[in-house]
Amino acid sequence: MALLKSLAAREDDLSKPANQLKFLSNGIFKEGGLPFFKDKIAQTGNFPLKPKKLEILQLNLGYMCNQVCSHCHVDAGPDRKEIMTRKTMQQCLEVIKNTGAHTLDLTGGAPEMNPNFRWFVEEASNAGIKDFIVRSNLTIILANKKYHDLPQFFKKHNVHVASSLPYYKREKTDKQRGTGVFDKSIKALQMLNDVGYAQEGTDLKLDLVYNPAGAFLPTNQAELEQDFKVALKEDFNIDFNKLFAITNLPISRFLEYLIASENYEDYMYSLVEAYNPAAVENVMCTNTISISWDGWLYDCDFNQMLDLKVNSKVQHISEYNEDLLNDRNIIISQHCYGCTAGAGSSCQGTVA
Amino acid sequence: MSKPYYDPADLRKFGNITEWSEELGTKFFDYYGKVFEEGALSAREKSLIALAVSHVVQCPYCIDAYTKDGLQRGIDKEEMMEAVHVGAAIKSGATLVHGVQMMNKYEKLSM
Repeated sequence: MALLKSLAAREDDLSKPANQLKFLSNGIFKEGGLPFFKDKIAQTGNFPLKPKKLEILQLNLGYMCNQVCSHCHVDAGPDRKEIMTRKTMQQCLEVIKNTGAHTLDLTGGAPEMNPNFRWFVEEASNAGIKDFIVRSNLTIILANKKYHDLPQFFKKHNVHVASSLPYYKREKTDKQRGTGVFDKSIKALQMLNDVGYAQEGTDLKLDLVYNPAGAFLPTNQAELEQDFKVALKEDFNIDFNKLFAITNLPISRFLEYLIASENYEDYMYSLVEAYNPAAVENVMCTNTISISWDGWLYDCDFNQMLDLKVNSKVQHISEYNEDLLNDRNIIISQHCYGCTAGAGSSCQGTVA
Repeated sequence: MSKPYYDPADLRKFGNITEWSEELGTKFFDYYGKVFEEGALSAREKSLIALAVSHVVQCPYCIDAYTKDGLQRGIDKEEMMEAVHVGAAIKSGATLVHGVQMMNKYEKLSM
């Protein structure tokens, strides 16, 4: 069942990153049942984890969202007021104009709810970035009249839309994301198709993001993509380009769910058992910088939520320096097992 | 506190059986892994067969393992329950078909 409030609004202990990190370092890890992530990657010569060439700048425009998904690692929701200001956006634009990264990835919350979202997209789309992704939860398009034209807006700026859809059936989607989310998501996907997304003869890209609706790992991404394609086409005449299968990381509201449902230990065992050294080689933090709504820099969106700022002299967008940033050690903890399990997991799907 | 015969956490230790008989344990796990590979039957079909058999042999570890495996593969609960009924039908059928033996014996012994 979907939660009504964020951990932050409930003042839950787990809303504090330090408490999450403490939890992830105690119990089965401290007692020796499972190896610390640091020791695990050291066995395959991957410690310290270092960045490779920067490819992706991921900007979190704020934690406000129209949904309160039970698995959300951002702890996003309507009660979150953290929103990127235009001043920080301007600092980001300067960075975007000069970066060596080829991909700009906007996320949230629902990034569209940031009052400066459209202004920012217009400015950023002129900066010469090759791939410009907006992560849309889909339902925002139908949430309010002012968002109904988002498909046209995305098209106008050749935005690559990446949308969450946990499953191609109603029950699992609504259980994770809230009642009615499935029907709205389907409608929004049809609206995106109608303006040309994922249609032949256009280069408008529409990708879907799948994450398991429970305490289990995703299966083979290619098989899932095929299942989604057949089902969505047959049932709703929907087309999309790629499916990204993402593993739920044991932080924030998903961690809360794992603990409450007594699945935490089993889930961590599954992640560690599925550890894949090949996934470590290409893990997302090696080619990404994550920027928070208030301009701080992180190795990834998950480290952002755990308040683990980059281990560098440069920690804020106001003093951004790509060369200095690239010469850092990536900060890791036990949540990182989520990105190295099986075929690996990143915001762009599997990595191995 | 009661100590049940079956502890869900023991499933994680399944691989440890190799420690007391490396050759046989290794051969078993190699065979097991090979059986579940994609073949004439898909890995998805094999997972559902395994779930049905798990119920018939009433192995709690196997039921846990193949329910989770099914979820990962996107097998939905209707498919899982149908598989369990297939297993149940065969098991009850196996009981009931012995009714013929009972009928035969009854007829033979009766005047």
